[in-house]
Amino acid sequence: MQKLKFYQKGTLTVGNRLVDEASHNVQASQERSNSLTCGHRACQGCGEALGARYAIDAAMRAAGKQLIAVNATGCLEVFTTPYPETSWQMPWMHSLFGNAAAVATGAAAAMRVTGKSTTRVVAQGGDGGTTDIGFGCLSGMFERNDDVLYICYDNEGYMNTGVQRSSATPPAARTATTPAIGAQPGNVFGTGKFVPKIAVAHDIPYVATASVADLHDLEAKVTKAMAFHGARYIQINVPCPLGWGAASHDTIRLARLAIETGLFPIFEAEYGRITQVRRIRRPKPVAEYLKLQRRYAHLFRDGVEDPRVARIQAIADRHIDEYGLLET
Amino acid sequence: MKHPFAIALDVGSSKANHTGSWRTLRPEYVDRLPPCNAACPAGEDIQGWLFHAESGDYEAAWHALTANNPLPAIMGRVCYHPCEGACNRGQLDSAVGINAVERFLGDLAIAEGWGFTPPAEETGKRVLVVGAGPAGLSAAYHLRRAGHAVVLREAGPMAGGMMRFGIPKYRLPRDVIDAEVARITAMGVGLELNTKVDDIEKTMTEHGFDAAFLAVGAHIARRAYIPAAGAAKILDAVSLLRSMEGEAPPLLGRRVVVYGGGNTAIDVARTARRLGAEEAIIVYRRTREKMPAHDFELEEALEEGVSMKWLSTIKNIDGGHLEIEKMALDDKGFPQPTGEFETLEADSLVLALGQDVDLSLLDKAPGIEIENGVVKVGPNMMTGRPGVFAGGDMAPSERTVTVAVGHGKKAARHIDAWLRGAALDVAAKHASASFDRLNTWYYEDAPATVRPMLEAARRIDSFSEVQGGLDATNALYEARRCLSCGNCFECDNCYGVCPDNAVIKLGPGKRFSIDYDYCKGCGLCAAECPCGAIDMVPETL
Amino acid sequence: MLEQIEGSKAMARVIALCRPQVICAYPITPQTHIVEGLGDLVREGALETCEFINVESEFAALSVAIGSSAAGARSYTATASQGLLFMAEAVYNAAGLGLPIVMTLGNRAIGAPINIWNDHSDAMALRESGWVQLFAETNQEAADLHVIAFRLAEELSVPVMVCVDGFILTHAMERVDIPTQQDVDAYLPPYEPVQVLDPADPISIGAMVGPDAFTEVRYLQYYKQHTAFDLIADLAAEFAERFGRASGGLLRQYRSADAELVVVAMGSVNGTIKDVIDEMRGEGLSVGLVTLVTFRPFPTAALQQALAQARHVLVIDRSLDPGMGGPLASNVDLALRNLASPPAIHSAIAGLGGRPVTKASLHRLFRQAMTEPWEGPHFLDLNERVVGRELHRRGKARRSGPAAESILKILETERAAAFQARSETAK
Repeated sequence: MQKLKFYQKGTLTVGNRLVDEASHNVQASQERSNSLTCGHRACQGCGEALGARYAIDAAMRAAGKQLIAVNATGCLEVFTTPYPETSWQMPWMHSLFGNAAAVATGAAAAMRVTGKSTTRVVAQGGDGGTTDIGFGCLSGMFERNDDVLYICYDNEGYMNTGVQRSSATPPAARTATTPAIGAQPGNVFGTGKFVPKIAVAHDIPYVATASVADLHDLEAKVTKAMAFHGARYIQINVPCPLGWGAASHDTIRLARLAIETGLFPIFEAEYGRITQVRRIRRPKPVAEYLKLQRRYAHLFRDGVEDPRVARIQAIADRHIDEYGLLET
Repeated sequence: MKHPFAIALDVGSSKANHTGSWRTLRPEYVDRLPPCNAACPAGEDIQGWLFHAESGDYEAAWHALTANNPLPAIMGRVCYHPCEGACNRGQLDSAVGINAVERFLGDLAIAEGWGFTPPAEETGKRVLVVGAGPAGLSAAYHLRRAGHAVVLREAGPMAGGMMRFGIPKYRLPRDVIDAEVARITAMGVGLELNTKVDDIEKTMTEHGFDAAFLAVGAHIARRAYIPAAGAAKILDAVSLLRSMEGEAPPLLGRRVVVYGGGNTAIDVARTARRLGAEEAIIVYRRTREKMPAHDFELEEALEEGVSMKWLSTIKNIDGGHLEIEKMALDDKGFPQPTGEFETLEADSLVLALGQDVDLSLLDKAPGIEIENGVVKVGPNMMTGRPGVFAGGDMAPSERTVTVAVGHGKKAARHIDAWLRGAALDVAAKHASASFDRLNTWYYEDAPATVRPMLEAARRIDSFSEVQGGLDATNALYEARRCLSCGNCFECDNCYGVCPDNAVIKLGPGKRFSIDYDYCKGCGLCAAECPCGAIDMVPETL
Repeated sequence: MLEQIEGSKAMARVIALCRPQVICAYPITPQTHIVEGLGDLVREGALETCEFINVESEFAALSVAIGSSAAGARSYTATASQGLLFMAEAVYNAAGLGLPIVMTLGNRAIGAPINIWNDHSDAMALRESGWVQLFAETNQEAADLHVIAFRLAEELSVPVMVCVDGFILTHAMERVDIPTQQDVDAYLPPYEPVQVLDPADPISIGAMVGPDAFTEVRYLQYYKQHTAFDLIADLAAEFAERFGRASGGLLRQYRSADAELVVVAMGSVNGTIKDVIDEMRGEGLSVGLVTLVTFRPFPTAALQQALAQARHVLVIDRSLDPGMGGPLASNVDLALRNLASPPAIHSAIAGLGGRPVTKASLHRLFRQAMTEPWEGPHFLDLNERVVGRELHRRGKARRSGPAAESILKILETERAAAFQARSETAK
């Protein structure tokens, strides 16, 4: 990861005027690809739109713009390519909800057999398209070690269809299919899956988690992922103002809190082993994160903290322990 | 169209969709007044010059600094840096060492021989500045920069005023004063030493000055009535410190008592230690908390073996015996006599009870008003006599070098305006760049640099400077600790975090603009701006 | 060169001559031998610059092909039955995106009840997906159609499904003339996609299209297929010229020009039908055949022309729409109903789930069509005793349980009774 001694001011910002152009983040550059450009129809403050531009621009730079993207059905697809307008400024394709990984496998194979093996392929989808309906194709792509970087923009639910639960929806979160009603309001505890761990279990060359709240880390990971051939997976935490019931200006703040509470562990793994963990810089209690989101409002009704908050804190603490998220 | 209808689309065609129409709040770039600048009595644009220092362009930084203050090497030593007290970084870890960087720039300028550019055009106006202390030097500099012919008259033998005759060498080496004064005179300011102005009206008329700035300082030691018997050796602080600039150092004896609680009292006690006094005792009638002297100076004095006698007043002097009455603070915090007495032995007593102004040069000037021993001036620093302005210690002020420098600059600007027959157009101050507007996440943890200090044991042997300066590496580090509160420092955050690609980066030094065709008004740019330089403003139809 | 070869192997050999660049393989009976054969050819090096990808499902198989085709590679896969349904979403997608993928469908029944044997239920299930569907009559045609399919797919930008009867064609050893690489290359030029994922000329493929343009997109799909009849005929003619045999085209007629009864059928059953016709002609009966090769696009005009003079048209469906009857019959009916004096249309459902279609049964069927025409679909060789008992049982119980199990039970009872009768006779 980029570490700049003596650049105290702005070391964590997107850019830094004191750094030479070559070591700039992609997003700081006037020459960034803007692979996903303006005029798209994402909601205000959309974390996925941001994460997609971050990731794809970084991949574009790493690939010298020789890049093809395959997209699963979902918000990202719908808000970027409603006829007659597309916001993509790169070769891009959408086929189905559950097959992005497989379509990307095909595209990568085509590049090899048509003598364009320098053209790289990324697949992208939301958590629904990745952890649920697209999981079979994703796992197939992993086990074959196809030369695809799959990026999952994880906003913890089916937002495009109106905020339903996915297997990436966290416990207690209210969605349209896990309403905050009854004895167990919100999503059920003890369910869901964390695909990055499953990806690691495939022993593929590279797996990482990242966040829109840490662009340096995100770009470094995409760049690193692009240096590998074979199957690679990055899951990026992208808050959804609509689905989470949060202010549009809090998108990055929430992503940051997801990291700092330990709820979204940031790590990377190579060939089945975790090689690096991003430590928590300023630890925060989960309540600080939860309170900003209406999907958790039932945990703080009438100013009383529901006991489930402690259970969510326990999940965060377990992550902290499991991944070693705190400096010791 | 070679590709299939509707299924395949031409890249970037979404630009036809102007999503700016969704917006209810619009982001606007603002510049806010950083607390350091707001707190600087000299009116420095601290953040402005730190900006250049951060990039290692020290010459540009020095030029930006001296646009407001021509004495950075001096100020970098003697300023009590209220800027650092106000610095938002203080709420994060510790304040930026502005003063240290200022001194670094000042020293570097002296070492490199950087100078001021004489004015491009002469106005033909002549301005008299009386007193070559910080206020006078500052005014002379600014007036000269504006193209006026400036004569700087000083009663003493050397320029510097209280900086030379009040502040001990161990805090301010004299070659620093000499260098910074020389740079001002090199601009064409006519410095006339040993020239006391006794009658301002007469001087102005005789020499045809169009305006005058008076900054004669406060050099008359205030005395207290203390019944004395026997051959007590009693001195005043002003004379003592002044005599330090002479040939022979004053003889104070082995045991020196200083009476007072200001910075001057401490200067005297520390000077006494350096002159060989085995004991230097400061007698003050109130407590440490109530003491007007800066605590860090007291701390340094204590390190050097100066001792304190709190809640004490001197009632009688009998030769080498001082009768001390113990005091107690009443519920309002005022010291009240307790009737308890003790005796203190002293070879000499130095009174450091404040200074008064010699206002005799104004005796014949019409319209001048005096209040509490100082000249009354208007908001434009002009006295009751049109064309005669005053500042520094002789005007109502806190009596610090920094305030004096600020007076000089302010007066010079008003004099310039007055000479052009116009009122100075003072731009409205920007709203404050408060801490709560910052997104401090983005600032790397970076504790302040500690300036090297001479070991206490070695301090009292000489008048060597106690506090060292920064080197180029840690000056850069320190400059880069600045948060740039309230003003864009081109961190690219807004450009990066916009999900709609609606922030346009204009290039180095040109900042950014919002593309309102596409900005949906989500507010991420404002929320993630580290320095609070973006406001979200309600959109109107 | 003529070889005695299994149908699947023959197809694999000819597909390889078409130089596919990406092959997606997933096993499902009865197409498995085709992709196995291709896998051998790739490993042996006989098929160069080809990615042979073992995928995890049929859905992935076609999805990989969608990706490779859109990225500019000639792409091939094969499936059957359940596999086709498992990839159904991708089948529609490939057609909607206009990707010239060629897929072999080893025609097989669809469960439940699960059945691995041949009928056309799978092809019929996705007849509206937008693919061109070609039906092979013989192993030779099964092989040949792939050459034509790639050419047709790439000229039209439409995916093509080559339907070959499971086991009957895929597993039968027959004499097949394997063409030369030179001839195939001459017939089939390299793939030049009309839309391709290319960084040098980026486009977005697969946009969301709303009510404002969806009808137009669909109309253009319809228009493209319905202006392709001449092309399909021309490609068959060109094929015949180069390879010296008739394969492909819209349809083939056999002794139908003057026939009173014209049978319409698709796939391998046509061979048996021709034998029956020859025998019936020998008996003086006026019977002919129209073999439909191209089922989608449906060649309405060609059929009208071929059938206008017939008195009776007998459509043999090898699949069943339980709520309607024979899909091919419905299609033929629709094609003929507006003729000035349309022939009578008779529908027969035959050979479901691998049941043999015998000459004897066809003899009876054809005669009946001319002498005792029936209404609705006729189920060839239906075991009416079994059905009768089951219907009787159901009539008694309101909820009668699964039909398949009941019928198996009935059949078992019958078999046991027959065995006992035989044993007693033997005694």
